[in-house]
Order: sequence, then structure tokens, then C-alpha cells
Amino acid sequence: MSLLEVKDLQVRVEEREILHGLSLTVNPGQVHAIMGPNGSGKSTLSHVIAGKPGYEVTGGQILFKGEDLLEMEPNERAARGVFLAFQYPVEIPGVTTWNFLHAALNAQRKARGEEEISSPAFLKKVREVAKSLNIPQDMLKRGVNVGFSGGEKKRNEILQMALFEPAVCILDEMDSGLDIDALRIAADGVNALRSPERAMVVITHYQRLLNYIVPDVVHVMSKGRVVKSGGKELALELEESGYAQFEDAA
Amino acid sequence: MPAVQETVERVRRIDVDQYRYGFETVIESDKAPKGLSEDTVRFISAKKDEPAWMLEWRLEAFRRWLTMTEPTWARVNYPKIDYQDLYYYAAPKPKKTLSSIDEIDPVILKTYEKLGIPLREVAILEGVEPPAGGEQTPSRKIAVDAVFDSVSVATTFKAELKKAGVIFMPISEAIREHPELVQKYLGTVVPTSDNYFATLNSAVFSDGSFVYVPPGVRCPMELSTYFRINERNTGQFERTLIIADKGSYVSYLEGCTAPQRDENQLHAAVVELVALDDAEIKYSTVQNWYPGNSEGKGGIYNFVTKRGDCRGRNSKISWTQVETGSAITWKYPSCILRGDNSSGEFYSIAISNGFQQVDSGTKMIHLGKNTSSRIISKGIAAGKSQNTYRGLVSAHRKATGARNYTACDSLLIGDKCGAHTVPYVEAKNSSATFEHEATTSKISEDVLFYCIQRGLSQEEAVGLVVNGFVKDVLQQLPMEFAVEAQKLISISLEGSVG
Repeated sequence: MSLLEVKDLQVRVEEREILHGLSLTVNPGQVHAIMGPNGSGKSTLSHVIAGKPGYEVTGGQILFKGEDLLEMEPNERAARGVFLAFQYPVEIPGVTTWNFLHAALNAQRKARGEEEISSPAFLKKVREVAKSLNIPQDMLKRGVNVGFSGGEKKRNEILQMALFEPAVCILDEMDSGLDIDALRIAADGVNALRSPERAMVVITHYQRLLNYIVPDVVHVMSKGRVVKSGGKELALELEESGYAQFEDAA
Repeated sequence: MPAVQETVERVRRIDVDQYRYGFETVIESDKAPKGLSEDTVRFISAKKDEPAWMLEWRLEAFRRWLTMTEPTWARVNYPKIDYQDLYYYAAPKPKKTLSSIDEIDPVILKTYEKLGIPLREVAILEGVEPPAGGEQTPSRKIAVDAVFDSVSVATTFKAELKKAGVIFMPISEAIREHPELVQKYLGTVVPTSDNYFATLNSAVFSDGSFVYVPPGVRCPMELSTYFRINERNTGQFERTLIIADKGSYVSYLEGCTAPQRDENQLHAAVVELVALDDAEIKYSTVQNWYPGNSEGKGGIYNFVTKRGDCRGRNSKISWTQVETGSAITWKYPSCILRGDNSSGEFYSIAISNGFQQVDSGTKMIHLGKNTSSRIISKGIAAGKSQNTYRGLVSAHRKATGARNYTACDSLLIGDKCGAHTVPYVEAKNSSATFEHEATTSKISEDVLFYCIQRGLSQEEAVGLVVNGFVKDVLQQLPMEFAVEAQKLISISLEGSVG
């Protein structure tokens, strides 16, 4: 059974159709890259999978482990293993990162019927995870993303990914706002989390990121549809010739 | 539906009737005849067995009150109060004269038990010595004075406080037992002519707490008064007077609740604090009067005058308040920084939901040299409520080196509520340094969605954001109160979020 199956998905935002029948099948262990020009619907897809309010699904379906994902509340999706790494992670003043992570992890565990994790046990766990990703401990004590650099914000997303151990990770434009060094560090973090059980969907505008996170499958999106799919070489081809060739196909 | 839209929908449907202290105690009470006249004042004074000077003081205030008009400058709207349609005194009828806490009417004890206020101390009851070897950890002890409608029904730990030389008793008793102290300080911070509500209080106040901490004494425990309005159509006019003599320290807590009623009830209190040289007073309030129902019906009108006088050099007064209840809040705990090097602080969390109206803030009056003050105000508005911070910082021309830092932050939940900031700043000398910062923010859909994507429910997400917002102020509260206040904040905002 595939892990994530998007079938003929149609989505509207304020009366305007953004996705016109998009299909995508992601299996465990795979890394899919979704590429496309601005406005092709890449971020809309990631938001709809995560359940962000404001989008109207007018047709099609999304199955997660065979179950209807669209029927689930966004926090239920998170508890079942859907993780979205945000393009622009928000700042939450006054709430320490470790406090936030503790509350979130316990909310997920509770939803799954698991026992909550105590503060000392959690602190130990989060420190280990941070260490394995080379994330400085003092980041955990600071307000969530408050005063973080672009690179720190993305590393905080990866830290959460490592902590929550999701089944599917959607990485929305992870490379935006990162210089090449920060990009490499973030990519290393993501690569460390690749596993035979976990799938990743990497949304990006540029091929650059895919030098570091090498995908199994590449999809090209244009005007709300997947217009071409192929192996990792498709990304290189795009880098050479640009998106213009697909405009007509869409 | 976008998250904020959804929040707004929920707010519309909220039932503020989740107020947990809305029960009524059925008990026979002894009331003054309805209405307000010189006779009412005389009745109250006689009930309290007061000396002649006290009655004179009250009557003077009453005559002054007749010449005054109700203030209208605050951003609150309410129908005209008929002062003749109220009872000004109500006391639960005692079965007999009380000599120990065990003789308090069990119905009242039960009321306080229900409210979570321990009047029956585990080891030490009033006047009862602790059993040998039964040492208690001093930091966990809180002495409580419980005021039920117009009278104080119990004060705990009296004996132990007495050992330290601290006087903590109902003000009605202090007037009889320590007239020299009361006469010396009463009305010296909030004069009888101060304002409409304070003047009214001066005429008809019935009870409240009195604290005197002698020179050099650090009060061995937290002192606390718990106010409960029970009777229908009865105003509560309590008066609190706290004096910290030279080099002393006291921390005082105040809590308030009332039954749920359809009609509005009036609460007009006066609190006076006096800190002499090197003394420090920390005054904390968790105000949870009934806020009215989801249609805005009922609730307490809370018109309160609280003021502290840093009379001595190096004295310090710190106000911390968590305001969650009341239909209307009109309250400005202030500091007069008279002594050189004295300092004043005001930490406030004011939450309004439903149809509540809050107009609250502080005044920091710098008179002495090198005085400093700090104001941290956090307003949270939800539902259809209006939340106003109103503050004054002023430096007298002789107050050289005066410093103030003010930070006013407002958080809006939904789009039917309002937050307003009205700061007044007056510096009459050029060496004053005043800083003012203000922010208004909304719990944005993006922040909520971020939290929810990490597994939190909408309610948990808002709770987390709000707690982060108020953290600086909560930290100022004594431990037990901070936990209580945090719970109260989440209850007050319950239903304002999904």
C-alpha cells in the first residue's frame, strides 16, 4: 500500500481553482521532489495535505495509509504522522522552544493513546536529538523562532521532524532564504532522517536543493497539475531548459 | 473556514456561564434597610460598634459624596446606578458570638471550602498552638482573612502572626483595638474626597483587612484576604489598609468571587498602602468577580481605588494584578513615589471576554529624587469585550532623576473586541527619563496553524500563545497564585477558541 496517495485533487481558494486534478503516489522510503514555477500550486498542495484552513477541496481525495486524510483534523493528521516543514516558520514570543516541543509531542502522544512523556525524560530526548543534528542547546531555551536566523528556523523545523518521527514529511521551499552553507547543514539534517519507512516530499523552485537531497522521483507542476514525472535527471534537465517548455503542456 | 473566523464564531456562541464560583449560599442575613442616607451610615457604624471619631469621619465623607458626580471619563458604558436601590450592609446572622473558628456557621465554612479557601488550617487554628514537633514549612503558609458580604468571618494564623508582632485583622476590629494606628493612616493615601467611588466607600465601608508590620519585621507568611459577595442587591465596600513600618516587608494577596446573578452588583473598594523608610509591600490580586452571562447580563461593577504611598526613603511598592472577572472594571492601582530613591511597580494581566469592559491601568507619581517605576501591562481582549489601558506617569519638578519604563502589550482574539491604550506622560523636570513601549497583536491564523500542525488542538494552541504573552507578569505572582492564575486565564478564555 502506498503511504500517501493524492487522487485527482481539485482545490479552490476564494472561488478560484488552483489545483485542477492533481495526482501523486508516494511510497515508504521514497523522496519525491515537486518542482514548478511560482503560482503552479506547489504550496497549495502542501497546505491541503497538512489541512491549513482557507482551502476548499472540490474534487478528488487524499489517502494516507489508505485512510481519508481530508476527513481528519489538522492536529489529528500530525498525530498520525504528517509533518509539514514550513517555508516561513512563525515566531511565538514568550514560549520557549523546548516547552513548545514538549507540549506538541505530548499532544500527539495523547491523540495516539500513548502515555505522556515527563519533563525530565523529554529534556533528555530533545537534547539527544539536538546533539545528533548539531543544534546548539541554547536554541531550546529561546522563544520559538524568536530572533532566529533563516538557517536556525529551518534547523528548528528539522529538529521537530526528528523529534516527532513522522511517516511523511512535506518540505515546503526549504531552501528559501538560506545561503549555501545553511542549505547544506539543513540538507544534511534531512538526509539523516531518510529511512525505509519514511517518505519525503520536497517542494522547491530550484534544482540546487536537489544536489543535496537527492530525490527518487521528480515531478514538474504547472498550472495546478503534474505535467511530467521522471527520475532525478529530470531536475537537471529543468535547470538547463527552464519551465517554459511545460507551460503549453499544462 | 479560516481559523480566526472559526474562533470568532465560537466566541459568538460562548457561554460565559462557565463561571465556576457562581453558586449562592443560602444563609439568613442581617441587612441595613435599603437605600443610602445618613441613617445608613449611622447604622453601619453602630453595627461595628465604632468610636465617635469614626462615625464623624464617615458622615463627613457621606456629605461630601452628596455633592459629587459620578465620573464618566473611562471607556465603559453602563446604565445609571440607582444608589437608593442597594443594600449597603449585609452580614450573615451569627448563631452566637464566635470565639473560635469551629463556631463559624458551617454553611459559610462550606462556602469557602467550595471556593478552595482553607479557613480550617490543618495544624493551627486561630489561637491554637501548634502541636509539639509539628513544625510547618513557613514558606507554604498563608494567613487568610475571609470577608463574606460586609463582614470578616475568619482570620487564620492570628496567633502566629502576633508572635512576630504583625497585626492582621478585620479593619472593623482594628478601629476598636488599634485606633491610634488607624487614625494615623486611614485616608492619608486615598483621602475621603478623592473620587466619587472612594468617597462613597469612606461613608459606607463595612469591612476589609488591616495589616501593620512593625519596624524591621519580615512578615513570616503571605497574608491573604478573600472577598465574597453573596447577598442579592448588595454592594460590597471593603476597605483595606496596610502599613509597612521602617525596614519591614509584607506580601499580601487578594482574591474575589461572587454568585451568578442577573442583576449587576456594585463593588467599590478602597485599598491604601503605606511604606515607610526601607519598607517593601507586594500586593497581588486575582480578581474573578462574576463577569456576566453570554448576553452581557449581570456581573459585578468593579469601581476600585487602590493606591500605595512610598512615604519613606528607599521604600518599594509593587502591584500585581490578574483581572479576569467583573462586567465593568474601573481600577488604577497607583504609587506615589514620595520618598527619595523609592520605587513602584505595576504588573497587570487584564483579560476581557464576552461583553466585559475593562478600563484599568496605573498612576506613577514621582515626587522624590531618584525615584523609579516600572509598568508592565498585558491586555487580552476576546469576544465582544473592550479592554483599555489607561496610565499616568508624572514627575514633579523636584523629582530629579525620575525614571520610568512602561510596556503595554495588547493581544486580540477575534475581530469583535477592542484594545485601547491611553498613556499620559508628564515630566516637569528635564532630568526625568521616561520610556514607553506599546504593541498590539492578534493571534494570527498562521501562528495557530503552525501549532496545530505540530499536534496541538486549537484551544491548546491559544493557551500556549497566551501564556507566553503573559509570562512576564505571571512570574511576579507568588507561586500558589501563579498556578491558580494560569488556570483562571485558560478558563476565562475557554470558548473564545475552538
